[in-house]
Amino acid sequence: MMEAAQQEKIVSVINEKFEGEIIQSGVIKDFFTLIVKKDKVIDLIHHLYRHPDTKFQFLTTLCGIHYPDQNQIAVMYQLHNLVSNQRIRLKIFLSADNPSVKTLTPVFAAANWMERETYDFFGVNFEGHPNLKRILNVDEMLIFPLRKEYPLEDQSREDKNDLMFGR
Amino acid sequence: MMQNEPIAQVIEGEKQYSYLNLGPTHPATHGIFQNVLKMDGEVIVESTPTIGYIHRAFEKLAERRPYNQITPITDRLNYCSAPINNIGWHMAVEKLLGVEIPKRVQYLRVIIMELARITDHLICNAVIGVDTGALTGFVYMFQQRELVYEIYEEICGARLTSNIGRIGGFERDFSPKAWEKINRFLNEFPVVLKEFEGLLNRNRIFMDRTIGAGGITAEKALNYSFTGPNLRAAGVDYDVRVANPYSSYEDFDFIIPIGKNGDVYDRFMVRQEEMWQSLSIIKQAIAKLPEGPFHGKVPEFYLPPKEEVYNDMEALIYHFKIVMGETDIPKGEVYHCVEGGNGELGFYLISDGGRTPFRLHFRRPCFIFYQAYPEMIKGSMLSDAILTMSSMNVIAGELDA
Repeated sequence: MMEAAQQEKIVSVINEKFEGEIIQSGVIKDFFTLIVKKDKVIDLIHHLYRHPDTKFQFLTTLCGIHYPDQNQIAVMYQLHNLVSNQRIRLKIFLSADNPSVKTLTPVFAAANWMERETYDFFGVNFEGHPNLKRILNVDEMLIFPLRKEYPLEDQSREDKNDLMFGR
Repeated sequence: MMQNEPIAQVIEGEKQYSYLNLGPTHPATHGIFQNVLKMDGEVIVESTPTIGYIHRAFEKLAERRPYNQITPITDRLNYCSAPINNIGWHMAVEKLLGVEIPKRVQYLRVIIMELARITDHLICNAVIGVDTGALTGFVYMFQQRELVYEIYEEICGARLTSNIGRIGGFERDFSPKAWEKINRFLNEFPVVLKEFEGLLNRNRIFMDRTIGAGGITAEKALNYSFTGPNLRAAGVDYDVRVANPYSSYEDFDFIIPIGKNGDVYDRFMVRQEEMWQSLSIIKQAIAKLPEGPFHGKVPEFYLPPKEEVYNDMEALIYHFKIVMGETDIPKGEVYHCVEGGNGELGFYLISDGGRTPFRLHFRRPCFIFYQAYPEMIKGSMLSDAILTMSSMNVIAGELDA
C-alpha cells in the first residue's frame, strides 16, 4: 500500500516532463493506478525508469484488456521499484479498430515476449518491435482470440448441444 | 527455420554451420519446447525458441468459468508446485472480496505452499543432477516427492494437479493421518537432502560441469524481469514472501539465500538452501499453529456441510448457487502475487460484477524469463544449453498457459 505522499511524488515526477499526460490517477484496491495518454507512454515509462526519485526499473507484467462497449483495447503496464518496494500500474487506451502503440523493448528486454503475447491475443501493433509475430497461437490464425467478440468455443461445430446449460 | 528437418548444413562464407532442432519432443528438454540452434561445431551461435506447443487458452477459458472452477486451471500452470498456484488464486479472489481469513488457515496454507516449494525445487535439482550424469540423487529425491504427494492426497484427495483448498480456506481440516504424514516427511526428508548434498554440492565433476555454465548478470536478469531462484542466484534478494508478505509470512523467520554469478551452480545452490528454509518455515508454522476454524466466512464460495444443506434453507441456496456457478462477485480490479516455485506468480483479475472474471491475466514467471534463454546459451556448448534449461526450471505448462 502506497502512501499519499509517495503517490503525489510520482505524479509530480511525471508532471516535470509530461504535463497533461495523466488522464486519471487513483488507488484501485491497494494498487496505485495511472491512466495516461498513449502517445508518450514509452517516454514516460523511460522517465520513471531514470528519475532518481522513482526508479521503476522492473517490469512486472504487461497485458491487454478488451472493452467491447467502448470499442477500446487497454494496455496495462505494471512497474516495480525493487529497492523501495513501490509498485504502480499504468494504463493506456487504444481504439480497438487499429490499436497501435510504441514498443517498450528498448527500455525493458522482458517486454519482448509480453508484447508478442499481447499482439497475439489482442492484435495490438507495437511499433518498432524487433520480432512482432504470434507466440502462443499458430501463425496461420486469423483472429485475435482474447477479444470479446470471439466466443470460447468454435461456433461452426455441430456435434455439441449446449442448450441445457446455456454456455 | 527448417522446423521439419532434424539437422541441416549451411555454408556461409568460409564457415560451415549446422542447424540442429532441439525439441519439440526431446528427452533432454523435460517438456515440449523447440529450439532451432545454429551451431558452429559444438558451439551455439544462435538459438530461436518456439513456444506454445501446449497452449490451452487459460486466459480465455477463465473468462467463461465461475471463480471456483478456475482453480483447476491454475493447477496446470506450474504443475510441479500446483498448490502454490491454487492458493495464490484463492488469495487473489479473497483480496477482491475483501474477506478476513483466519490465522489457522493462513498457517495451514503456508505449510502446504512450502511443501509445494520443496517438491518444485527438489525436481529441478534432481534433474540438474541427471543432466550432469548423476542419476542416483534423482531416485532418492523422487521418493521424497512421493511422500509430499501423499500428504496432498490426504488433504485434498489429489496428487499432481491438486486443486487444493477453497476460496476462503480448506474444505476440511487436516486429518490426524495427514499430520502423521507431514511429520514423517519432516523427519525423513532432511536426512535425504543432506545425503543429496553430499553427492553433489562439493562434487568435483559436478562443480566443473556447472560453475560458469549458463550465467547471467544481475542487471540483465532484472532487465529480463527474472524473479524467484533464478534472480536470486544472480545476486538480487527479491522474494515476494518478504517484499509483500501474504498469508502471514511475516510471522516466520527465514533467510533469502542468494548467489553471485547466476550460473547453473548458483541456481542449484539457491534452490538447495531454499529447501532448508522451507523446512524451517514448516516447522515454525506447526509449532505456532493457532486454533480456530479451517475456513473463512465466505458462504457464497464455500460449500456448506451436507447436514446443513438438507436442513437449512440458506445453506441449500448457497449450495445450489455454488454448484451452478451463479455467485456474483463485487466489481473491482486486483493484482495479487505469490512467490511460486519459479518466482513471482501474479494474478491480475478484473471483475465486472458477473459470475466469471471479465479478464484474468496470469503473470507466469517461466514465460518471462525463458526469453533470456537464447542469450544465456549463446557461445556455450550444446550440453551446457541442456543444463541451463533444466537449471532455469522451465515448466512447459507455465510457459504456454
